[in-house]
Amino acid sequence: MAEAKPIDGRSLIRRRAGARLWLSAGWLTLLCAVALLAPWIAPKDPLAQDLFLGRLPPFWVQGTEPGYWLGTDSLGRDVLSRILHGARVALAVALVAGTITCLVGATLGLMAGFLRGWVDMVISRLIDIWMAFPPVLFSILLIAVLGPGLWSIIIAIVVIDWTRFARVIRAEAMAQGAMDYVASARVAGRGRIGTMLREILPNVLPTIVVLLTLEMGIAVIVEAILSFVNLSISTDDPTWGGMIAEGRTSVHQAWWVLVFPLITLFLTVLSFSQLGEGLKDRFDPVLR
Amino acid sequence: MSFLSIRNLSVRLKKGPPLLRRVSLEVAAGEVRGLVGESGAGKSMIGKAVLGILPPSVEVTEGEILLDGVDLLRLPIAERRRRIGASAALIPQDPLTALNPSHRIGPQITDRLVDILGWTRADAEARARALLAEVQIPDPDRVLRSYPHELSGGMRQRVLIASAFAAEPKLIVADEPTTALDVTVQKQILKLIAGMQARHGTALLFVTHDLGVVSKVCQKLSVLYAGMVVEDTSVADFFAAPRHPYSAALLAATPKYTDPSAGLQPVPDTVIATVQAEVAAFDRGTARG
Repeated sequence: MAEAKPIDGRSLIRRRAGARLWLSAGWLTLLCAVALLAPWIAPKDPLAQDLFLGRLPPFWVQGTEPGYWLGTDSLGRDVLSRILHGARVALAVALVAGTITCLVGATLGLMAGFLRGWVDMVISRLIDIWMAFPPVLFSILLIAVLGPGLWSIIIAIVVIDWTRFARVIRAEAMAQGAMDYVASARVAGRGRIGTMLREILPNVLPTIVVLLTLEMGIAVIVEAILSFVNLSISTDDPTWGGMIAEGRTSVHQAWWVLVFPLITLFLTVLSFSQLGEGLKDRFDPVLR
Repeated sequence: MSFLSIRNLSVRLKKGPPLLRRVSLEVAAGEVRGLVGESGAGKSMIGKAVLGILPPSVEVTEGEILLDGVDLLRLPIAERRRRIGASAALIPQDPLTALNPSHRIGPQITDRLVDILGWTRADAEARARALLAEVQIPDPDRVLRSYPHELSGGMRQRVLIASAFAAEPKLIVADEPTTALDVTVQKQILKLIAGMQARHGTALLFVTHDLGVVSKVCQKLSVLYAGMVVEDTSVADFFAAPRHPYSAALLAATPKYTDPSAGLQPVPDTVIATVQAEVAAFDRGTARG
């Protein structure tokens, strides 16, 4: 990162890239590839039912059928193929909802924290009011109004979670705004917006990145929860949450229907949060 | 004609107590004026008012700040910013927070010259390199490519001094520039500021609570108490015979290395009572008037 030669030994402290950054980035890259290529690499049709092949166990257990690597659910649908296809919805929601939430929340937080005055008043009151709504009920209500579908979920996540960014970024921007370098920039003649974008934004960016990746993980979970209560995309498209909901009913006869999507979900959410922390460690110029 | 002339400047917390009480002072071109007083006396507030960076929680209630003959307080905000940016600069107190941790040193000095004053990038970079050499930084090119956290406090303060002089301002406000530094570094930095000031002929408003610093750097001196100027004098006169009892007590309170047995001399309660009575009398006067 820092190409400059060490001046007085401070930059000699090496930053370790860290296994967690590479592992989490690796898992997410794999998942993205799988999501993009799902129609071509999925061994079976994720929607094809075959009642004669119901509840087949995964490949290492006795009594399986070749080609059904992770077994089938009670309707005879291939679990692996459904997980691969479910990755498309999960990642689409994570990336789109996470990014929009971040843009909305961080922008409002930055403005409130740096511009202060009435801007802060309005935004802070809005955050307070917003956070008084119970989030799960709020999202279920929203989906009920908007109707199920990918965009409804994305909108619900943005509407509920922007406060998470706004609160944290507001506090950070406020702390940065009190620093002398901001005063120097103002003396030199930089305008308020210029100062905000050039002096404050780069310093809250590491926090934004961490929050963004956390939010992507949260978006995956929210989508799973909504699928679980059958409010997600539609009952046909395979989603991880939907699979978990179906697998729950037959967990004693066919544990694999529940466990594999659950593991995938778990690893994905974990990877998002670890990716954020790893990126921050690596690219924050200040060793905090 | 003074370059900076503050007349009857009063500042107070919004709907709160006064912070500056009709402060008047002059800084001629190329002159160094010290501002001394205890914590909370309003020293830094004067500097902030001049540079247009008063916190949003305070307001100016009366007075004028004439910079090169133009009253800054009567100017529209954009024009005020432009004027201050073109002719004044700040050497801040804490070098650790005065450089943006996310940007390299080079751009922090040059971007303002390029973006705001319209210099070419090549000119700005040459200027930055020359200034870093002038503040005795051994390897300017390397420092220009460094991030602030890679430099020591003394080095950062040198960078900030260089940056303050970058646009050849006519006035620099130095807000306790050596307070956050180690004693051994303090002396070097002080010498550096004095030298730069003399070479560039810059007027300097030097905020400090250290009378030793004042005697080394300043020609004129304003002593503040509770936002009131209690004495406005030349440094030579002040050290020879301070007129106001508070000034005299302040001078007596400075530890003397030649006579360690004297110990610390606090400002006597009677003197505090005298100045506080003056402040109260002033407040009664303004309330009536």
